[in-house]
Amino acid sequence: MNGPPVVDARGTRCPVPVIRLARAARGLPSGSTVVLLADDDAAWSDVPAWARMKGHEVTLLQDDGWTEFRVLLGEPRTERGHADSST
Amino acid sequence: MARPPFDPPGTGLLDAARGPLHPVAGRTLEAGLAAAWADPGGLHPPGRRARALLDTAREVLADALGVRPAELSLHPSAQGALEVGLAGLRHARRRTGPTVVAGAAERSVLLLAPGVQDPVPVDRTGRVDTTAYAAALAGDQVAAAVLQTANGEVGTRQPVAHVAALAAARDVPLLLDATASLGRDLHGIPDGAGSVLVADAASFGGPPLGLLAVRTGTRWGLPRPRREAEQGREHAAPWVPLALAAAEAWRQTAVDAAAEERTARALVDRVRRAAAAVPDVEVVGDADDRLPHVVTFSVLYADGEVLLEELARRGLFVASGSACTSSALRPSHVLAAMGVLTHGNVRVTLPLGSVSPTRDDDVDRLCRELPDAVAAVRRRLGTDDL
Repeated sequence: MNGPPVVDARGTRCPVPVIRLARAARGLPSGSTVVLLADDDAAWSDVPAWARMKGHEVTLLQDDGWTEFRVLLGEPRTERGHADSST
Repeated sequence: MARPPFDPPGTGLLDAARGPLHPVAGRTLEAGLAAAWADPGGLHPPGRRARALLDTAREVLADALGVRPAELSLHPSAQGALEVGLAGLRHARRRTGPTVVAGAAERSVLLLAPGVQDPVPVDRTGRVDTTAYAAALAGDQVAAAVLQTANGEVGTRQPVAHVAALAAARDVPLLLDATASLGRDLHGIPDGAGSVLVADAASFGGPPLGLLAVRTGTRWGLPRPRREAEQGREHAAPWVPLALAAAEAWRQTAVDAAAEERTARALVDRVRRAAAAVPDVEVVGDADDRLPHVVTFSVLYADGEVLLEELARRGLFVASGSACTSSALRPSHVLAAMGVLTHGNVRVTLPLGSVSPTRDDDVDRLCRELPDAVAAVRRRLGTDDL
C-alpha cells in the first residue's frame, strides 16, 4: 500500500470532515499528500480555507454527489491566530 | 408612565441584528397603541389622526434616508422591501432585458430574486470585485443592479460610490441595500447615489420595518393589479404604531450617532484583537473599512452551535453563520463566497449603547472568556490536540 492516506468523511457534516483531515495530516512530513472524500457543502469552502490557514495546497475533484480533496502538505506553521484574512 | 413597557435588555446581548427597541421608541410604541391604532385610510377622526401621525413619521424616516417623503414607502419587513424594490426596477425595464447584476455577498432574498444568475465575486474580505462588476454591467440585457452599502454578516463596506458611478455610466438603475448600515455607519449612502434605497428600522433601534425609497425620475413599476397602499408598492398601510416607534428610534439615535459610531468601532477593534490572539482563529472581513458594530471570526476545529452554547452558558449571546447552527442546511453564502472558514463561526452585532447599557462590560467579558470557551469546545470535540 503506497497510496496516500484516504479519509472517507462522506455522510458527516461540518466541522467533522476538516477535523478528520487535520488528524490524518498530523505528523506527516511536508510534501506528503492526504486525500479527503466529503459530501458536506461546507467542505467546499472549509477545506480550502483550512489549507490556506495551514499553508497546504488543495485540489478538488468533483464526483457524482461527493468531492475528492487532494491536499499537499506544506511546512508546519506555528499556531497563531489570524488578525486579517487578507494576509 | 409607571414603568417601561418592556423588560430591560438582558446583559450579554452581542447579537443585535434584531436588537431590543430603543427604550424611548418602546414608550412611543406604547403611546401609539392608544393614539394611532386606526387604519390611516379611515375617514373618521381616529383614521385621520393615524394618517397625520403616519405622515410625520414618514417625514422623519425619509430624512433618515435623505429622500423626500413621497419617495418613501414602509413595508412589513426589510426583505419584503428589497424584493419589491428590485421587482419594480426589473418590471419597468423588462424591454431592456431580464438580468440583475448582484454581488455574491448580497442578502439571500436578493440573490434568490428573478434575474440574478452569476453573482459578481467578492474578495477574501467580502468586497465586490469592481472590474467584474463593471463587466457584468456591460451586458446588453441588464435591467438593474444591486449592491449593499456594507455587509451585515462580516461588516465589510462596499465600494458604493465607485459602483454607483459605473451603473450611472451605463444608465443601469442601482438598488442600494442599507439594511445593515443605516443609523450605524455615517458613511452609508453617498449623496444622491442609487435609484432605489432600502433600509431596516431595526438597524437603528427601531422595530423591524422595511423602508423603501424610489428616487423621483426612476423608471419603476410593478405588474398589475395595482397595489393600493404606500405609493402603490404595498398591499396594506403599515401599522402606524410601528412607524411611530421607528421614527422615534431614528430621532434618538441620530442625536449621538458620531459618538456611538466611535465607541462601537473601538469595541469591535478589541473583539478583533482578542479573537485573533486565540490559536487557529481567523477574524474575517475588512479590519478598517467596515461597519462600526459588526465582527465575525471562525474557529478552526470547532462546531458553531457548540461554541454558541458554550458562550451562552457564560451569559454571552452571539450569532453564527455556520451551517451546523440553527436549522440552516447550508453555511453562510457570504463566508463561502469569501473563501473563509464557515465552521466554528461566531458573529457579534453590537447593540446600540443606548439600548444595552451593559455593552462595554459584555465586550470585556467576551474578550476575557473567549480563549477558555474555545479551548473548552475543542476539548469537548476532542480536537484540542490538533
